[in-house]
Amino acid sequence: MNTKRILRGTTVGLGLIAGLASVAVAEEITIATVNNGDMVRMQALSSNWEEATGNTINWVVLEENVLRQNVTTDISTGGGQYDVMTIGTYEAPIWGRNDWLVSLNEGMADDWNADDLLPAIRGGLTVDGTLYAAPFYGESSMVMYRTDLMEKAGMEMPDAPTWDFIREAAAAMTDRDNEINGICARGKAGWGENMAFLTAMSNSFGARWFDMDWKPQFDSQEWADTIDFYLGMMKESGPAGAANNGFNENLTLFQQGKCGMWIDATVAASFVTNPEDSTVADKVGFALAPDNGLGKRGNWLWAWSLAIPASSQKVDVAKDFVSWATSQGYTELVAENEGWANVPPGTRTSLYENQAYLDAAPFAEMTLQSINSADPQNPTVQDVPYTGIQFVAIPEFAGIANQVGQQLSNALAGNQTGEEALKNAQALTVEEMEAAGY
Amino acid sequence: MARAITPRKKIMWTALSWGIGLLIFFPILWTFLTSFKSEATAISDPPVWFLFDWTTENYTTVLERSNYPLALMNSIVIAVGSTILGIIIAVPAAWAMAFVPGKRTKDVLLWMLSTKMLPAVGVLYPLVLIAKYFGIMDSRILLVMILMLINLPIIVWMLYTYFREIPGEILEAARMDGASLKNEIIYVLTPMAVPGIASTILLNIILAWNEAFWTIILTTVNAAPLTKFIASFSAPEGLFYAKLSAASIMAIAPILIMGWFSQKQLVRGLTFGAVK
Amino acid sequence: MATEHSRSSARIMIAPAVFVLLVWMLVPLCMTLYFSFADYRPMRATFDAWIGFDNYVSFLTSSSFLSSLGTTLLMVGGILIITITGGIGLALLLDQPMFGQGIVRILVIAPFFVMPTVSALVWKNMFFNVDNGLFSYLFKFFGAQPYDFLSQSPLLSIVVIVAWQWLPFATLILLTAVQSLSSEQLEAAEMDGAPPIARFWYMILPHLSRAITVVILIQTIFLLSIFAEIFVTTNGAFGTRTLTYLVYQRVLESQNIGLGSAGGIVAVILANIVAIFLMRIVGKNLDN
Repeated sequence: MNTKRILRGTTVGLGLIAGLASVAVAEEITIATVNNGDMVRMQALSSNWEEATGNTINWVVLEENVLRQNVTTDISTGGGQYDVMTIGTYEAPIWGRNDWLVSLNEGMADDWNADDLLPAIRGGLTVDGTLYAAPFYGESSMVMYRTDLMEKAGMEMPDAPTWDFIREAAAAMTDRDNEINGICARGKAGWGENMAFLTAMSNSFGARWFDMDWKPQFDSQEWADTIDFYLGMMKESGPAGAANNGFNENLTLFQQGKCGMWIDATVAASFVTNPEDSTVADKVGFALAPDNGLGKRGNWLWAWSLAIPASSQKVDVAKDFVSWATSQGYTELVAENEGWANVPPGTRTSLYENQAYLDAAPFAEMTLQSINSADPQNPTVQDVPYTGIQFVAIPEFAGIANQVGQQLSNALAGNQTGEEALKNAQALTVEEMEAAGY
Repeated sequence: MARAITPRKKIMWTALSWGIGLLIFFPILWTFLTSFKSEATAISDPPVWFLFDWTTENYTTVLERSNYPLALMNSIVIAVGSTILGIIIAVPAAWAMAFVPGKRTKDVLLWMLSTKMLPAVGVLYPLVLIAKYFGIMDSRILLVMILMLINLPIIVWMLYTYFREIPGEILEAARMDGASLKNEIIYVLTPMAVPGIASTILLNIILAWNEAFWTIILTTVNAAPLTKFIASFSAPEGLFYAKLSAASIMAIAPILIMGWFSQKQLVRGLTFGAVK
Repeated sequence: MATEHSRSSARIMIAPAVFVLLVWMLVPLCMTLYFSFADYRPMRATFDAWIGFDNYVSFLTSSSFLSSLGTTLLMVGGILIITITGGIGLALLLDQPMFGQGIVRILVIAPFFVMPTVSALVWKNMFFNVDNGLFSYLFKFFGAQPYDFLSQSPLLSIVVIVAWQWLPFATLILLTAVQSLSSEQLEAAEMDGAPPIARFWYMILPHLSRAITVVILIQTIFLLSIFAEIFVTTNGAFGTRTLTYLVYQRVLESQNIGLGSAGGIVAVILANIVAIFLMRIVGKNLDN
């Protein structure tokens, strides 16, 4: 009986050792990402990568604000909880400069072709020649409009409209009795929400955040014109709850047929033309973001990208995953499963040379033109000391722009005038910039 | 001498209370109904009430996209664990305060309550750095400890007020009869204290279950409870009301059911000394 | 009479709770205090251990500080008023004879079990949303223009959400107090011809005063740190930025840990002032 027990113990022990040995080969990585459609799709398709490599992924899929809260705390304390983080063109250069991210210049898969990345996007994720994040999808902004309503209004959308045309068309399309708002645009406060839209828009009005001495410029005539125009247009033709509408709310409105025009991220094009979700899928046209004849258009540049924090213990596996998720091969995998129109857009030149994609995505050309015309180095008419189109690439920007965004959102809600909002914005920006030592 | 109650009056009160009760409950009911709709039905104009094609696809989608069982398990462990740990520490303290009050007892009690007012985010970085130093980020033990500390003042106070209601004469009498301290605690005090302790446990499980700052920011995967699970479904691209509703119901159902079944115990001790 | 022996054993019994709370209070609080005198901005890789009272000065003199204080007071006050008046009403109602009292009670206490993030999300999207929210349908049904609650009455909207969650708590405590009221006295007053308002004002309300103070104290402790409801609904826009939320913005959004820590310390001090004030009242009440 005694020997039996010992024997049994030994077999269990051996089994355990064998089990441990086989576990040790496969790695487990933790990936934080936003709950946007393209990322949810990546999560679903990632089992392909898991099967091919034997590694497993712990997904942390969060709403954008909560995600930022989590990854920022982790990265600035060197927490090391994540092996891959989803970040944007705003964070990548700032974090890269602090040496918080792993360089992607080397160690990526052989077939991961860095030279194929769109130059504008790649440039936004590079600091001093070092690439700190791999773009998952890239976007600019453009006008999406309802061809049927435009026709009904007796107007024709040019490929490159002006702001005045947009305002006039919006007023003509608006039919409040039938819940059709001529124009939908972001109004929800946040540096990545209304401030992305308004900062890009202000560029086309010749405004800027700071002059060459880093003096805030919200007291300038250009900003006054921008906000005056924005508030006027939204009041005439915007939806009732505009001050609470961000990207997602406007997307829902447009898909329900409640918007005549919508100026927002190019990535939305595939959602509004997808007949499964959109009631207006076959009636959508596209145009470049509007301008004011000053030589700059109101379009931005952004790329949701995958980066590896320097605190990760599994850099090699993480690089392998990032290579896989941002490769041409992944694009083909999505095309195979979901159709070409649903592949993550805006990162690679090769995608825009692919006839199958161009045929399936009526918005492809406009997207590419918008991205290529965005110039983060020279975002606005006058000279500025910063880079970034819809953001200013300094660490203080997010905090300041959130508060400025709240002021402007409050003006859109009618709780204060545009003038008051800009005055408050100027005061608080001056305060914050002084505190930051500028 | 009972008050005469006319049936008409009773029916009137019944109608009124049911009306108000349903009104208060309505948001939960509506979430429940929405969770069984398709995304398109969820925002249909006018809203539909019961006559729609009931579907469970939202629940399937939510289950597919996230690790619900793990989140549920974490919520249970964190809520129950922090409560039990808190009770173990609080019972002796409250006991002593109630039966052997000193000059400083009230001050100590009030000081404990004031720690509860520490604004969470103010100590965020210190706590993250401490947790990182000990290598316990994203662990259940960290969350159990933090939630225990957050709720300990409430536990102590609730138990203290409850124990105080136990008449001291009973103890005196027991002591006269020659009962030892141990027997006094086991046979005299415990039976009288059980409702208070039960109610404290229930209230604190609820508070810990619903805590939504630390549980979100100090966890990633292994210890992530239901509060974090919800954040995956709060505002994705496209229509999401039905899926959000399904996720919400999954997050609140366990505690709601527990609360309903144990509401009698919860109510019995939930007085904080308010009744004299 | 407590003996010397039981006194010392009492001290030992209290010790663990005091000890863990002290550690909890002191360690993070001391670190926060330390940071509050430092220029600590991780995004800039800046750490300057001593810059004097600069952080305090800029936190206290910034225009957002006073307005956030006002917002906090309004929010907490609004919620307290709604939960206490509503709670008294509900407690008196639930005390009446009726059919299915148990079920009604279950319905009424249900919101207390809903986690703040969920209730904020549900209210924001499914009720307040101006395009697809239930209130908008209701407004349209009666021929009115849909009302954008979250931008037009943001503070009230958040107060409604939080009050909905805390109403059950107030109701339960007040209900226990109502039930402990001797019905004989009430009946005697009824027979003497005292009108219902007089009975409420001179008999019921004084009897409930103790319960009301308890509800105020406990709720204030929780309400001062409201976070999730603001984070989910307005993100602090439209004048809903409370002191807690302001500190959050400084720490996490601006990544200025020094400034945020100074704000945290200020918040602790203010909360303690409120606490002492409240506890004086309650402490007195507990003694009686």
